[in-house]
Amino acid sequence: MARHWRAGAAGLAVLGLTLTACGGAKVGDTSSGSNSAGSSGKCGTFNLAVNPWVGYEADAAVVAYVAQHNLGCTVNKKNLKEEIAWQGFGTGEVDAVLENWGHADLVKKYIDEQKTAVDAGQTGNKGIIGWYVPPWLAQAHPDILQWKNLNKYASKFKTSESGGKGQLLDGDPSYVTNDAALVKNLNLNFKVVYAGSEAALITAFRDAEKNKKWVIGYFYEPQWFLSEVPLKKVSLPAYKTGCDADAAKVACDYPVYNLNKIVSAKFAKSGSPAYNLVKNFNWTNDDQNEVAKYIAQDKLSDDAAAKKWVDANKDKVDAWLK
Amino acid sequence: MTVVMEKPEQTEAAQPAAPARGVRKVGRPVMIAAILVIWLVLFAVLRGKQTLSLAVADLTDLHRWINDFNDSIGANRNSNPLFLYFFNEIRLVIDNLVTFVQHLISQPSGSRPVPQIGWLGVVGLAGFVSWALGNWKVALLAVAGFTFLGVQGLWQESMDTLALILCAVFVALLFAIPLGVWAGLSDRFNRFVTPFLDFMQTMPTFVYLAPLTLFFLIGGASATIATVIYAAPPTIRITAHAIRNVSRTTVEAADSLGATRRQSLLKVLLPMSKRTVVMGVNQTIMAALAMVTIAALINAPGLGVNVLQALQSLDVGTAFNAGLAIVILAIVLDRVTTAAAAREENARNARHDFTKWRAPLLGAGAVVTVVLIYLSHTYLWAADFPGDGTVGTHIASGTDTAATWVQDNLSGLTNAFRDGITNGLLNPFQTLLTDSPWWLVGAVLVALAVVLGGWKSGITTAVCVGLLVATGVWSDAMTTLASTIVATVLVMILGVVFGVWMGRSTLVDRTIRPTLDAAQVMPPFVYLVPFLALFGATRFTAIVAAIVYGAPVAMKIIADGIRAVPETTVEAATSAGCNTWQIITKVQLPMSRSALTLATNQGLIYVLSMVVVGGLVGAGALGYDVVAGFSQGELYGKGLAAGLAIVLLGVMFDRITQAAARRAGA
Repeated sequence: MARHWRAGAAGLAVLGLTLTACGGAKVGDTSSGSNSAGSSGKCGTFNLAVNPWVGYEADAAVVAYVAQHNLGCTVNKKNLKEEIAWQGFGTGEVDAVLENWGHADLVKKYIDEQKTAVDAGQTGNKGIIGWYVPPWLAQAHPDILQWKNLNKYASKFKTSESGGKGQLLDGDPSYVTNDAALVKNLNLNFKVVYAGSEAALITAFRDAEKNKKWVIGYFYEPQWFLSEVPLKKVSLPAYKTGCDADAAKVACDYPVYNLNKIVSAKFAKSGSPAYNLVKNFNWTNDDQNEVAKYIAQDKLSDDAAAKKWVDANKDKVDAWLK
Repeated sequence: MTVVMEKPEQTEAAQPAAPARGVRKVGRPVMIAAILVIWLVLFAVLRGKQTLSLAVADLTDLHRWINDFNDSIGANRNSNPLFLYFFNEIRLVIDNLVTFVQHLISQPSGSRPVPQIGWLGVVGLAGFVSWALGNWKVALLAVAGFTFLGVQGLWQESMDTLALILCAVFVALLFAIPLGVWAGLSDRFNRFVTPFLDFMQTMPTFVYLAPLTLFFLIGGASATIATVIYAAPPTIRITAHAIRNVSRTTVEAADSLGATRRQSLLKVLLPMSKRTVVMGVNQTIMAALAMVTIAALINAPGLGVNVLQALQSLDVGTAFNAGLAIVILAIVLDRVTTAAAAREENARNARHDFTKWRAPLLGAGAVVTVVLIYLSHTYLWAADFPGDGTVGTHIASGTDTAATWVQDNLSGLTNAFRDGITNGLLNPFQTLLTDSPWWLVGAVLVALAVVLGGWKSGITTAVCVGLLVATGVWSDAMTTLASTIVATVLVMILGVVFGVWMGRSTLVDRTIRPTLDAAQVMPPFVYLVPFLALFGATRFTAIVAAIVYGAPVAMKIIADGIRAVPETTVEAATSAGCNTWQIITKVQLPMSRSALTLATNQGLIYVLSMVVVGGLVGAGALGYDVVAGFSQGELYGKGLAAGLAIVLLGVMFDRITQAAARRAGA
């Protein structure tokens, strides 16, 4: 048996040596080139929360790209829902949230009470929420874009889920919504059906446009899907300050949200160049839609999408770095 | 989402509990019919009264109390000694373990741009371990499978997933095997631990994901612990079962030879139950894989991230490619552990000449593996998987094409089918459940439990009904119950048709089984988008998703049941002039009655575990409550209550069907 052993071991040693001889590039050789490029060492680690929608992914892609390449930060992107991301401010696991949609309850809890988070200014994006219909419907029945006419068409929106009324499709439960109260207070003959996810909403609208189906549902801008199917917004009674104060009595449209950035209190005081970048980060809905389109429709990776936009918009990026 | 283990106790426990059957034989169907008629009559009279309905945004005091409690934990996190000295320590240990494994196979560490062991080393190691534990066939499978992960362009993601699973399974086994042994030795501990295990397996993960990140922070520790909670129970149950099943005479023989308690445990009980325990480990690995996408919600790196991100832009192809990688990992790990279990058995039964060669061969294999690991540590070509994953891109675009074709060409058909089932079956049934007074539905459930399972399950059901009312989400629970039962009926129809077909033909079985395995481990998030396109955001879509997940287990159990019918019985029936239809309906199905009940039990539990996924595609009710609780702090309490309601429904049906199975088997 020992002979087998020796023969085997010798054979393997030869094999090993041969492979080693023609082995090619060693691991240590390459690390010096790529790894240390541009790291000034000042920035350190930057923990960036990525909330689960493509618009946010676009924000995060660009900010992370700039932080990495211009500031030499080590960027840790963390895929988290809003609630958990905010919770992370206090535990030091999250430095920044880049696109916040109101979230009065979280603001109260983490900014006012626990004081673990602070507002870092607006992103420049305007968040619009409302009820949308597919373009073919808006074209065929232009008057549907006025809420007063919705009851006229209610029976057309009936589905197996809406119990004889028209169906108003709502999406992801983390969205800000007053739809149930709106339907009741505007005396609409509709029932809110909870689709439960953004994927469900988008699929419904895509199908509706393609097969000329009647669908009305909750949607929002900026959103990459609108560049595929330009949904039309139905106007509700105009928003006035305070008309949504009592959630049960809301009978007006959603306000326009000035989307803002939230950072952890610690990060704001850290003097990190990444904090300045987050504070100065500002772009338009069109900018975000462009990057979101690269990601969602052209299927570029986050980094490639960010690079494409950053290379074409040097002046904007430079303004963030001042 | 859930892989509840196939409870093995039942077939064994089937023998005792025989009495009282002869008396009731005629009575039972009549009694069930009577209960249903009384229900319908009372429903007509009392419709819409005391239905305990609660609007989507409304909360009860219990829900608010849970919210406040949750908030106070969060606010005091940094000053509470329990956190400072207990949870933080646990987190530290597990985090270190996860980081260690990640640096080993998936993540760059320190100044190295690549992990310590590159792809060549991992593939070699996987092959060697599979060979050492199993046989050369599964070793080939492991090598091919792991290489394919790299070809798909998902090497690093797969290794991240593997790292997390290895850690979770390791931690789970650390607790599960001792607990399982204890539960196997002590009836009292077994009774004590069973409800906890039920709870761990049926409570939707969404409910405890957010609190976990509060206790253990965002990162490897939380993801590992979430996975452990879900994946440990199968090993505990199966280990206990294995210990219990070691024949009494063997243990007594050891005792009479003067073995101490410790000796009889270490030298008799554990070695003799090894094979079954390995099957428990197998189930734990499968359950851990089922958590991959969920763990990605709290930033666990790996394939789950690809699936979730692709879902955001409805990129079915990319999601499928990642899902396929999960399926491949699952199949490799499943076959290797199964082979390892078989090996334990063979090694005990047959020790002959082949063993002489095994040691030197293993030694040589070890040397090769070490060389491969060294190469992958040193050279870039062996560290980074070569190629740019074009195969993955092809898989993705092929899937996209297929999905689009199905959507374009089948949606008319599917809509008609959906409306038929919804209006003909689901809507009336749901109305009956949600519009009856709660006490009437409760009474009907208890009465049915007594008739089907006896007094004991009647009491369990009464307790569950009471607790369901207390959760405050009774009406949603009834809506979910309606969909669940419709889905289970469809699962059983499919289960019987395919189960019989598979049971009667080995060829069919062998062809269909890999598809069934894939359907069980493919993350539901992958196929939700095409289903949504086919059926819209409806309760029916949720039902279809539940069927995809629940039907395979029912088919497998029924197929095994059919195959277990003695060959001679079937031959006797054939020679007596029975045709195929008669053999199936008069011989094979009646004789596999206990398999049918077990299939119903498992089908129902699997369907229930998809309730939350259903909430994401338009099922509303409990699933939506849980998802909403995960997304909005104000609804957290309600989400937890809804999660509890799902557990209660699960426990209730599990106990009723198990009791019924015991009777049916008698």
